[in-house]
Amino acid sequence: MTSQVSSPAEQADGANEAVVGEQRKPSGAKEVRQLDRVIIRFAGDSGDGMQLTGDRFTSETASFGNDLSTLPNFPAEIRAPAGTLPGVSSFQLHFADHDILTPGDAPNVLVAMNPAALRANIEDLPRGAEIIVNTDEFTKRPMAKVGYATSPLEDGSLEAFRVHPVALTSMTIEALKDFGLSRKEAERSKNMFALGLLSWMYHRPTEGTEKFLRTKFARKPQIAEANVAAFRAGWNFGETTEDFAVSYEVAPATSAFPAGTYRNISGNLALSLGLIAAGRQADLPLYLGSYPITPASDILHELSRHKNFGVRTFQAEDEIAGIGAALGAAFGGSLGVTTTSGPGVALKSEAIGLAVSLELPLLIIDIQRGGPSTGLPTKTEQADLLQAMYGRNGEAPVPVIAPKTPGDCFDAAIDAVRIALTYRTPVFLLSDGYLANGSEPWRVPETDELPDLRVQFASGPNHELADGTEVFWPYKRDPKTLARPWAVPGTPGLEHRIGGIEKQDGTGNISYDPANHDFMVRTRQAKIDNIEVPDLEVDDPHGAKTLVLGWGSTFGPISAAVRRLRVEGKPIAQAHLRHLNPFPRNLGEVLKRYEHVVVPEMNLGQLATLIRAKYLVDAISYNQVNGMPFKAEQLATALKEAIDD
Amino acid sequence: MTEVIEALSLVPKAEAKQSMKDFKSDQEVRWCPGCGDYAVLAAVQGFMPELGLAKENIVFVSGIGCSSRFPYYMNTYGMHSIHGRAPAIATGLASSRRDLSVWVVTGDGDALSIGGNHLIHALRRNVNLKILLFNNRIYGLTKGQYSPTSEVGKITKSTPMGSLDAPFNPVSLAIGAEASFVARTVDSDRKHLTSVLRAAAEHQGTALIEIYQNCNIFNDGAFEVLKDKQQAEEAVIRLEHGQPIRFGADNSKGVVRDQATGDLKVIAVTEQNASQILIHDAHTTSPTTAFALSRLADPDTLHHTPIGVFRSVDRPVYDTQMSDQLEAAIEQKGKGDLATLLAGNDTWTVVG
Repeated sequence: MTSQVSSPAEQADGANEAVVGEQRKPSGAKEVRQLDRVIIRFAGDSGDGMQLTGDRFTSETASFGNDLSTLPNFPAEIRAPAGTLPGVSSFQLHFADHDILTPGDAPNVLVAMNPAALRANIEDLPRGAEIIVNTDEFTKRPMAKVGYATSPLEDGSLEAFRVHPVALTSMTIEALKDFGLSRKEAERSKNMFALGLLSWMYHRPTEGTEKFLRTKFARKPQIAEANVAAFRAGWNFGETTEDFAVSYEVAPATSAFPAGTYRNISGNLALSLGLIAAGRQADLPLYLGSYPITPASDILHELSRHKNFGVRTFQAEDEIAGIGAALGAAFGGSLGVTTTSGPGVALKSEAIGLAVSLELPLLIIDIQRGGPSTGLPTKTEQADLLQAMYGRNGEAPVPVIAPKTPGDCFDAAIDAVRIALTYRTPVFLLSDGYLANGSEPWRVPETDELPDLRVQFASGPNHELADGTEVFWPYKRDPKTLARPWAVPGTPGLEHRIGGIEKQDGTGNISYDPANHDFMVRTRQAKIDNIEVPDLEVDDPHGAKTLVLGWGSTFGPISAAVRRLRVEGKPIAQAHLRHLNPFPRNLGEVLKRYEHVVVPEMNLGQLATLIRAKYLVDAISYNQVNGMPFKAEQLATALKEAIDD
Repeated sequence: MTEVIEALSLVPKAEAKQSMKDFKSDQEVRWCPGCGDYAVLAAVQGFMPELGLAKENIVFVSGIGCSSRFPYYMNTYGMHSIHGRAPAIATGLASSRRDLSVWVVTGDGDALSIGGNHLIHALRRNVNLKILLFNNRIYGLTKGQYSPTSEVGKITKSTPMGSLDAPFNPVSLAIGAEASFVARTVDSDRKHLTSVLRAAAEHQGTALIEIYQNCNIFNDGAFEVLKDKQQAEEAVIRLEHGQPIRFGADNSKGVVRDQATGDLKVIAVTEQNASQILIHDAHTTSPTTAFALSRLADPDTLHHTPIGVFRSVDRPVYDTQMSDQLEAAIEQKGKGDLATLLAGNDTWTVVG
C-alpha cells in the first residue's frame, strides 16, 4: 500500500493558478532520525495564533499521510489579558506512522511562545521532552506576571528537558525588515516562524502552508508574503543553526488506512456534512434553527455556507426559538435540526417534549461542554446523557445516539436522521467539545455508499369509519414502527390539528380519557424501545473477564488504553455504545458475560447509572471531569486495577 | 376578493367557491359560553372564503391559553403548541414553505409575557405571518391572574392588594419592535374585525392584530366602554387611511399635533381648526405618528382608543429574502454537488 498526495487545489485551474507554494526539503547535512510517532503542543497567548499554527501543521501532516489526532485547548475568553495563565491557548497534535487513537497523553515537544505558555504546560511534559521557547518574551515583567522570580531558562529548573532557546520574535522581525511593516505587524508572524521551524524539524510538506497563506491574505499581498517569509525563515533557521542538530522523519501510516480518498476533518465539520448528506439522501430540504453557543456554533457557520444545497439556516432569537423554528419546518416537511450545547438543551426541553407529543422528526444536536450552568464553555465533558434521556416533564422518551470520533460524526448524523424520519421522533445526537474541535483523517465516502433515507408523506385517507367514510387519522400508526403518518400542509384532504395536549389514539383529537392517556404514554415509549439498532459488538480476542464499556468521545482513549493492556498481556474486552436509547438488544447479555464491567466516562457515572438500573449489573464507574479527554496511560492503570481485582 | 393578493401569490387557490362551513372543523368548541373568542372564530371562519385559498395551504399555529385552542376549530392544518412559542414555530414553517398562509393565534399572556421575545423578533424580522393577539387583559385558562396588559392595581387571586406592574400597550410594543403592520380591533365588531383581517392578509410580512376580547368569567366588561354605543362615541377613534382622524358625536372631536410638544392631542373640532386635524397615513415610513396614536388612549378609562390599522408599510419580507439567498447561492456557486462538498479542497489518496 502506498500513499500519495493529490490535492484538487493543485489540479484546479483558474483562480488557484497564481497561488503557489514551494516544497522545501532538508539538505541532508544534518542527522535524520526515524520516529514512529510524535506529540507536539503549540502553546501561546490567545492572540498568538496557536490554533491556526496547529491547524496548518495538522493539514500538512494529514496530506503527508500520517495518522493523526488533535486536541485544541483554548480559554472561553476571546482575548484574556496578554501573558497571563488564563490567556494561554494551545493545540496538541499526535501523528504517527501507524494508526493512533488519541491526541496523546504527554507532548514530546512543547513550543512555548511566552512564560505563561511554559508555566501552564510544563507539568504535562515527561522528562526528556524538547521545549522550544521564545526567549524574547522571557523578560522580567512577563515572567513576573506568571510568578517566575528567576528565569526558568537560566535557573536550572528545566534541567530535565532539552531546551531550545530561540529568539522567535526578534528573528521574525529581522526576517521581515524589508517588508515595510511596523514592529507590531511583523511580530504577528512569529507563529509562522515557529511553524516553519517545526516543519523543518519533522520534514513536513511546506507548499500547502505557503499556498494557504497566499489565499488567506489574498487581499493583503504584503501580509501574505511577510508570513511566507517568516515561515521560510523559521525553516531556514532549523536547517542552519547548530542548536538543532537533528531532524526527524515520521513515515506515512501506509498500513493504517484502507484504500480511498482522505481528508482531515473535525467533528463539527463532519457533522455538518452528515446533515447535508442526510438531507440529500432523504430528499428533504434541511432547516437548521439555532442560537450561537460554544462549542456548537461552527455547525451553524458551516451549514450557512451551503445555501446552494437548499439548506436554510435560521439564527434564532434564543435557544427555544431555534428548536421551535426547526419543529415548525419539520411540520412543513423539512428535515428540522437544532444545534446547541448543554445550557441550550435545558432551554429547549419543553419544545423537545412537544416534538415527542407531536411525533415529528427532529434532530437535537448537543455538543456537550463542561457544566453545570455556564460551566466550562470551551472544555469537553459528557455529562448531558441523563439530561438527554430524562430532562423533560412527563414520560417523554427520545432516542439518543453518540459519535465516537470526529469522522464518525458524519455517520452518526446520518444514523440520527434515519431514526428521526423512520420513527417520526425527535432524536438526540450527543457529540462533545473534544470531538467537535478535534480532527483526524477521514475517508471521504462515495455518495453511492450513503443509505437511502427517503420517506413517504401521507397522501390520502388512511382509515375507514364504520359507515364506510374514508378519513385521515393523524395518529394511526404504522404497525411495525409505530410511526404516525407525516401529513404536510398543502396536502388536500388531510387537514388536521396536532398539539401538545394528550391526543386520542388514532384520531389525534384532544382526549383527557385516563385509559387513553395510559395507552398513549405506553405506545410512545414502545415506539422508542422498538427502534432497530445494531447489536453491540465486543472486541475480545483473548476471552477476557473484564469488559470496558464506553460511549461517545472516550472511544479513542479507551481503545488506546486497551491496546496498552493487551501489549502487557492483560486480557480485556472492549465495547462502545453508539446507541444510548434504546440500548442494543444484546447489551444485557453482553454485560452478563463478564465478571467486571468498567465504564469510563467524562461525568460522574451517568451511563453506569443507566446500566445498573436497567441490567442490575454492578458496573464500576471510572470518572474524570476536568474538561479534558482521558489520558490513555491513566485509563490503562485504572483498568488494570479492575482486571487484577 | 377577486384580484390576486400579492402577499398570497404563492399560495394555491381553492378550486371551488368556499363557504364559512368549509372552515369549521368537526370539533366541539369548548370556550365558556359568552366568551369573546366565539365572535373572533366566527369572523375568521367567515372571512376565510373571501381569500379563496386552498384550505390545505392554510395553517393556524397557537401557543397556550384560552385563545390558543383556536386551531382545533379551524378545518385547516393546525398546531396547538407550547406557551409563547407559536411565533417561533410559525417562523420555521413560513420561512420554509412560502406556499402556505400561516396564522398565529395568541393571547396577552402567551404573546406578551412568556412569549414576548418571540413576538418582538418575529415582528422585526417581518416573516410572512398574521398574528391575532386576543387581548382580554387577564389570564383565563389559569383562572384569573393579572396579565401583562392588566391595568395597574388589578385585584386578582395572585394580587389581592393590587397588581404592581405597569402594563404593555401591545400596539406601542409592536411599533417599537419594528412591526410593518399593526392594527387593533374589537371582538364584537364583526365588520371592523373582518376589515382588519382583510388588510392584514393583504400585507406582505408580519401583521399584528390586537383584538380586544372579552373574558366574561374573569374580566367581564373590560372593553365595555368601547362597545356600548353611547360610550363608544367618546371612547373609540376609528382610524382610516387617508381620512382625517375624527370621532365623537357628529365627528365633533379630532386629533391634532400639539405644536408645543409634538405629541398628539384631542380637540373639539371648530371651523377654525378643522384644517389642522391629522390625516391618518398608515403607509408612512416613519413610525412616529403611529406610535403617538397608540399612546392616545387613557389607560384607565380607555377613552380615545384608536382602532383600525395604525401602520402598514412595505419592507423586505424575511422568508422571501431567505429564499432569494438560496437562489443567489445557486446562481453564484451552482447547485450543490455532494461529492465535491464531502471531498473538500485538500484530499490525499491511499492506493490499496
